[in-house]
Amino acid sequence: MSVAIDIQGVSKRFRLYHQKYTSLKERVVHGGHVPFEEFWALDDVSAEITAGQTVGILGRNGSGKSTLLKCIAGILQPTSGQVVVRGHLAAMLELGAGFQPELSGRDNIYLNGSLLGLSTKEIDRRFDEIVAFAELEKFIDNQVKYYSSGMYVRLGFSVAVSVEPDVLLVDEVLAVGDERFQQKCMDRIQQFQKDGRTIVVVSHSPDLMRDICDTVLVIDRGQKVLMAPAGEAIRVFRERLIESGFAAPPAAIDLLPPAVDGDAPVEIASARRQVKLLAATTAYERQDERNYIETGEPIDVRVDFEVASPISGVQFKITLLTERDAIVFSSTSSGAVEGMPLDAGRGSATFAFDSMVLLDGRFSVTVEVRDAGGVVLDILDPGCTFEVMNPGRAVGIVGLPLRVEVTPPVAGALPEAAGSAH
Amino acid sequence: MATTSEAGLSGSVDTLLDEPAPGPNVSPGRHEPRDLPYRVVSSKVRLRVRMREIWTSRELFVFLVRKELKVKYKSSVLGLLWSMLNPAVVLMVYYVVFKYVLKNPTPDFALYLFSGLLVWNLFSTVLPGSSSTIVANAGIVKKVAFPREILPLSQVGTGVVFLFFQAIVMALFLLGFQYSPDWAYMPVMLFALLDLVVLTSAFAIFLSAVNVYYRDVEHLVAVLLQAWFWGIPVVYNFNLVYKALVVDHHLHWLQAIYLAEPITPLILSFQRFFYGKVTVSISGKPYQVLAGYPYHFYVEMLAAVFVAAGLLFIGAMKIFGRIEGNFAEEL
Repeated sequence: MSVAIDIQGVSKRFRLYHQKYTSLKERVVHGGHVPFEEFWALDDVSAEITAGQTVGILGRNGSGKSTLLKCIAGILQPTSGQVVVRGHLAAMLELGAGFQPELSGRDNIYLNGSLLGLSTKEIDRRFDEIVAFAELEKFIDNQVKYYSSGMYVRLGFSVAVSVEPDVLLVDEVLAVGDERFQQKCMDRIQQFQKDGRTIVVVSHSPDLMRDICDTVLVIDRGQKVLMAPAGEAIRVFRERLIESGFAAPPAAIDLLPPAVDGDAPVEIASARRQVKLLAATTAYERQDERNYIETGEPIDVRVDFEVASPISGVQFKITLLTERDAIVFSSTSSGAVEGMPLDAGRGSATFAFDSMVLLDGRFSVTVEVRDAGGVVLDILDPGCTFEVMNPGRAVGIVGLPLRVEVTPPVAGALPEAAGSAH
Repeated sequence: MATTSEAGLSGSVDTLLDEPAPGPNVSPGRHEPRDLPYRVVSSKVRLRVRMREIWTSRELFVFLVRKELKVKYKSSVLGLLWSMLNPAVVLMVYYVVFKYVLKNPTPDFALYLFSGLLVWNLFSTVLPGSSSTIVANAGIVKKVAFPREILPLSQVGTGVVFLFFQAIVMALFLLGFQYSPDWAYMPVMLFALLDLVVLTSAFAIFLSAVNVYYRDVEHLVAVLLQAWFWGIPVVYNFNLVYKALVVDHHLHWLQAIYLAEPITPLILSFQRFFYGKVTVSISGKPYQVLAGYPYHFYVEMLAAVFVAAGLLFIGAMKIFGRIEGNFAEEL
């Protein structure tokens, strides 16, 4: 395997001006000296990215991950160190960057295509495909300024993916737009993966990383933390988040969309069904009397699975969703079965909730099983559902434990004294 | 990129084997192209490498020039015809005003004026545009990687296209009024044109980069160009300078300084070609209006300008290269 991107000791210094003086007069008035702080957005980062891999760069906002991506793309030059990129590179940092509103869609395809490094001949050959993919056949000779924002983004994406680079850089900004567009985007990225192209994705969403990346490079405060298989890297990233006082982001940005009624279930390649999920069932007290639990009662979710061939290090992931598919809770079994070897045969995993604090509603349970590398082996979506009835008066999704104390005003006392009267 | 889409065969064999793939993204046995180009991103890229990158982006250059032209004449009925109508009207106005109203003693003054303006118009319209071009294109500079020198260079390209249209008008004018240019000086004129393009490019590249840091530059350029215009023999005749400096005061060095200004030799060359055959008759005898410098005088002057322009170009490229790494954050 050859190296597609070699990041060699890349550092990038930014100057943060307290106030930016961009005119000569302002600089002269301030004696030519502009107060600034030096800030190392990247500090001696080295990494090798193997050709054909999908690599994620994971980090918090402001950790330097986008700066690194821009250095790889050649938009920014590193202050020291260098990046060697092998093969044709295309960066999708912003869709439709450089579109000229006054020009027609046709002219913009040629202009944007050549900005991204396509030759006129290549654009000629792909023109119809680009237009068809963007679904803009009727409007291609209209000026882009008359396009809706959706049309604009579709055209931008269509041109960008037509480049067919050896190395593709994707910024997480692509995760915007409607669901159908996102799906198109993901399909194309998966196609690129199948073609054996090298992909680098920048995101602060661990779930996106887990879904599409082989390897993840974790960056924190401009420094490389580690580069490891997705599962391990994400674990380290989460630990760092918790250490530094940031709440771990909820698993809300799961790229596999929860299947809504009528939607085709997410397909899992049969080769991956090393562990097959058979069924998910709920168990709670007085189950034969009623088909709901009351808020605060315990409930167990049992998942039956079948192992085709011995495997170790699998993880189960359980997700509770509201009827509107908002994720209430998501967690993995990591710790419980981590590294536990599973022999071929049938088994079950039980998620026991000692106190189900959800309020009124019908909730669905999604269960996933993943291998040690974070690859999804099977999904039950939805695995089962349960209903919660709330005997209390609280409204919302979750019944948080609450204690109410009221200190009555003491007659004649000053209002300020009321708080301290105990 | 045909080289990368050959994962097909061995990949499909793999799926036939009923074994789990090592990961969803690995397609083993993928064709490894050996001839992929390398690209190095660093703050120290050699000038020659950058020149080569500019050359590989020449199609982008063409599209950017085309964009400039299209955007300039957007939604206008006559479109590109305006770029010829404008100089044509100017030329006719000069012709009428100087010949019949002001009764300028210089014969065919409009022709004289316009041959100098061909040079000056390129220089003076390209520089303000290219000063602001990186700032104006911040959207792509911040998001797309391409040789940024293309932006000021495409301004020069646009200027050359306009020069071409003006030259067509000039040719029609010459035909219409039965003037003949001095064909012997055609190579001199073309050499001057080459000098002009290199010189203008050098200024354009330098100014576009500096303007990112000092936004005064684009305003300063507009002011300086106003003054510069009177330092070159477009409106007045070089003979006046020659007479005042050399004949009357013997200030040869001052004339040398005057000629060291790189635009003047280019203008003299253009005038020599377009206007060189115009004569004035004094007591029945025809005299050439322009001073009769020998041919090699022009060639030597232009060669000197070429060397200077080349050095300026290299200098501008070096300065541009040093500060372009921070364009994306400065904008």
